[in-house]
Amino acid sequence: MKFWDDQKNREKVYQLLALLAVIGLGLFFYSNTKANLEKQNIATGFSFFDQVAGFEISESLIEYNSEDSYLQALVVGVLNTLKIAIIGNVLAVFLGIFIGVCRLSKNWPLAKLAQGYVEIIRNIPLLLQLFFWYAMFTEIFPGVRQALTPMPGVFLSNRGIMFPSLEYSPVYLYMGVAFFLTMIFGYFLRRYAKKIQDQTGKQIPYVLYILGPLVILPLLIWFIGGSPLTLHLPKLQGFNFTGGISVSPEFLSLLMGLVLYTSAFIAEIVRSGIQSVQKGQEEAAEALGLKSYLVLTLVILPQALRVIIPPLTSQLLNLTKNSSLAVAIAYPDFVNIANTTMNQTGQAIELISLIILVYLTFSLLTSLFMNWFNKKMALVER
Amino acid sequence: MENQATFGDILVKILIVMVLLTSSTVFSVVKTSTLENIKLHKVLKCGVSAGLAGFSAPNSKGKWQGLDVDICRAIAAAVFGDVNKVQYIALSAQQRFVALQSGEIDVLSRNSTFTLTRDTSLGLNFAPVVYYDGQGFMVKRKDRVSKISDLNGASICIQQGTTTELNLADYFRANNLKFKPVVFENNDEVTQAFVKGRCDALTTDISGLAAEKSKFKNPDNYVILTEIISKEPLAPVVRHGDDSWFDVVKYVIYALITAEEFGITSQNIDSFFKTKNPKIKRFLGITKGNGKALGLDEKWAYNIVKMVGNYHEIFERNVGKQSSLKLERGVNALWKNGGLHYSPPFK
Repeated sequence: MKFWDDQKNREKVYQLLALLAVIGLGLFFYSNTKANLEKQNIATGFSFFDQVAGFEISESLIEYNSEDSYLQALVVGVLNTLKIAIIGNVLAVFLGIFIGVCRLSKNWPLAKLAQGYVEIIRNIPLLLQLFFWYAMFTEIFPGVRQALTPMPGVFLSNRGIMFPSLEYSPVYLYMGVAFFLTMIFGYFLRRYAKKIQDQTGKQIPYVLYILGPLVILPLLIWFIGGSPLTLHLPKLQGFNFTGGISVSPEFLSLLMGLVLYTSAFIAEIVRSGIQSVQKGQEEAAEALGLKSYLVLTLVILPQALRVIIPPLTSQLLNLTKNSSLAVAIAYPDFVNIANTTMNQTGQAIELISLIILVYLTFSLLTSLFMNWFNKKMALVER
Repeated sequence: MENQATFGDILVKILIVMVLLTSSTVFSVVKTSTLENIKLHKVLKCGVSAGLAGFSAPNSKGKWQGLDVDICRAIAAAVFGDVNKVQYIALSAQQRFVALQSGEIDVLSRNSTFTLTRDTSLGLNFAPVVYYDGQGFMVKRKDRVSKISDLNGASICIQQGTTTELNLADYFRANNLKFKPVVFENNDEVTQAFVKGRCDALTTDISGLAAEKSKFKNPDNYVILTEIISKEPLAPVVRHGDDSWFDVVKYVIYALITAEEFGITSQNIDSFFKTKNPKIKRFLGITKGNGKALGLDEKWAYNIVKMVGNYHEIFERNVGKQSSLKLERGVNALWKNGGLHYSPPFK
């Protein structure tokens, strides 16, 4: 048989040609850009990374000041994006599940309320909602000197919320260790309880056994350690509060906007997931005499999760990507800081590529985790 | 509105990068000279600010107005003898240089500060300064702030994409003061945040502060501090690599200054045709030579002054006494009057 007569060979040749064309196009873009930039005397490359950034950032998870490098500034931005993405995703999932379950409630007003929430939130552009929450913050809360104090040590103003912070003591570390060890003990207890149940059918209420030590042990250590409790209270000094922990209105309004918006979508996903489980399953489980929460956790949810997880993944990705709207309301996320860097160094192509790369990495990591979770939850076929 | 603007911003940024990546336009622009290209398309593409009262903002009839806009009009007058052959492209502080680099616009007249980095590593050339500015602060009268050091620990609102962020950090660091930056992408949000009390101070160029203040409901409740923390020479910008186009933009600005020096205004210019002064004869193109050297019509300078006015007229009309900004000439006066504007001779 001749080479061309085999369909597989032909396909391979076409694929090779297509690949070469893509690579060629990429190389053409690259060399063309490079030549153009050189012609116009525009500096290229990432050598600006270790230059002094020179600008301040309003909130940072790590030490940063204007004498640090651009790289450090960009890391601050990445961490700020991660902060909003992680907290936002966790809250959005919980709120979404809650609203989704409410929508299916037999309680008519509750179900309608949840439906109204979903329809309103889902149909307003996110950026508009962000402006709305930000405006609410600056409009409703008083100026910093007339700050509200709902509890002693807690201040509410249009500069954000200020909490007292705890002064660090090594006792806290031991408390954490105790908590962690109890959790590990709990994990083994759970395995043991399962084994017993499999063998004898007897149930051990292991959750109850572990809850007590989980609270009491760290408290005990705290007492033994001399019950250290030194609070740093926020104090009004000049224009702003100093001391304590402050949460900025930019962070809060971004978080609120992202969580509410995404939770409306998640609620619909959860609802569709639960409804995808046939009614017969529920009825069969009830007929076996399972309690209603067991029906939900053992029969309905494991099957519903298979439908829920894939679209949920894209909602989690959406929230992370949408967090780049932060620049509109002054939250110093990665895009915000990359923009400032772009303006000061003029390295537009490098920084846009970097932005693409960072969001791509976030998204791929999230996908990877969710795919793993999906596999774990998928129907195990024997 | 805002919403679309920001989505648009991102879109424009991506488009600009795409253009830079493919950039057949860049090749064509660099190959044929900018001036020929403009004459060919019969329009000058001028990058301006989306809305800065006194410098470039659309008026109630949707016509662009301001000092920066008048520079565009003056260039169009010199090239075409028609001030209306300008296409204004509103750019954010972020987009402006990329738009110029990629060939989207022919000249950037958008209150841009002349700095070393921009002049060198951005591949740009700065024309003569059209407005000498400096960064200042606006505060609320009730806060009783009289000097910058009173702002220690304050929250300060800034717009992204300017030299302001760097100046502010430098100044506060040098003077051992602390502050919290609140950085917005869009100017309207910056002003809103300041008015609503999210920030204690608003910082940008003094002219920009005056422009914002003129728009407030109660301008008397706000004070612009007299201290200035930076030099902000604002100048039009062109791309590196086309020197003859750079020359045209340069001498259009010098023509405005020279006209003021000679006392030639848009009103009295025709009376100068009878003049015996050889310098003025050369300037107005009665003695030929200047136009040919620049690749323009011999009446280019006449057209500029006749159609747009001299520097004094432009200044007073847009930012000076006849405007709502009411800025003083100060350092923006002619060198003869103790200012900084000085033009090389037209010979």
